[in-house]
Amino acid sequence: MTEFTPVLSLTGGALIGLAAVLLMATHGRIAGMTGILTGLMPPVSADWAWRAAFVAGAIVAPILVLQLTDTVIAFDSPVPMPWVMISGLIVGVGVYFGSGCTSGHGVCGMARLSPRSIVATLTFLSTAIITVFLVRHVLGGF
Amino acid sequence: MLRTVSAGVTGLIFGTGIALSGMANPAKVLNFFDVAGQWDPSLALVMVAALIVAFTGYRLVLRRSAPLFEAKFHLPTSRRIDVPLVAGSAVFGIGWGLSGFCPGGAIPALGLGEISAWAFIGAMLVGILAARTVRIALQQRALQSA
Repeated sequence: MTEFTPVLSLTGGALIGLAAVLLMATHGRIAGMTGILTGLMPPVSADWAWRAAFVAGAIVAPILVLQLTDTVIAFDSPVPMPWVMISGLIVGVGVYFGSGCTSGHGVCGMARLSPRSIVATLTFLSTAIITVFLVRHVLGGF
Repeated sequence: MLRTVSAGVTGLIFGTGIALSGMANPAKVLNFFDVAGQWDPSLALVMVAALIVAFTGYRLVLRRSAPLFEAKFHLPTSRRIDVPLVAGSAVFGIGWGLSGFCPGGAIPALGLGEISAWAFIGAMLVGILAARTVRIALQQRALQSA
């Protein structure tokens, strides 16, 4: 069980939206983690500096939240490690060919009312729900 | 320098939002998908709040002629709903549903020092590199046979 957290989730969501708007206002870029990370892999994109800074900021964030506010960030990965790694490979291939993930398509693209992002978001939400249904309720897994 | 610091602060805001919202917690993500079981609707609120802010903010920002640090906005121009988009997104959803990790959720989880997040991101980068290698090879083969 995880608790319903409406206040934290609305606050966090608003901050994610704010970061998307800020990155557009300053760098004119979509705040999509897939696109930002892909530019950091060889052949490394010429504009790697802002990408590396954005990723570093995102990694440091939970540490600062914990240090400055004493807010405990809940984390639980219930899936066995081999499946986590298989899932990583699958996600990597999927987001590369699909040109984006939850942040790029689900937030930035949807907010621009991009038809590609609307189709992508509906598609990955659907297959994720089907996958969880199959794993938990048909196969009886984690 | 200023533009790099600005991107770092923006990443900090993004990561804080992910961490507070519950998106960095695979158990919570999986329960959001588990509509037939232990459904936790929290993440729908993350999306609603993020979309309201981004939709409104983009409208204000994109009225300007250019962003602060660049000559122009770098917006995706393709409008084609093609096979790579749909198939890639379908595959991504399967992977996301298997573990509860997605790229934007797992990057801030690295800061929590969680080994599973590091394993996920490592495997994901291998997946992206493999996919890119395949795409480049296919494009070269198409060029040679043309």
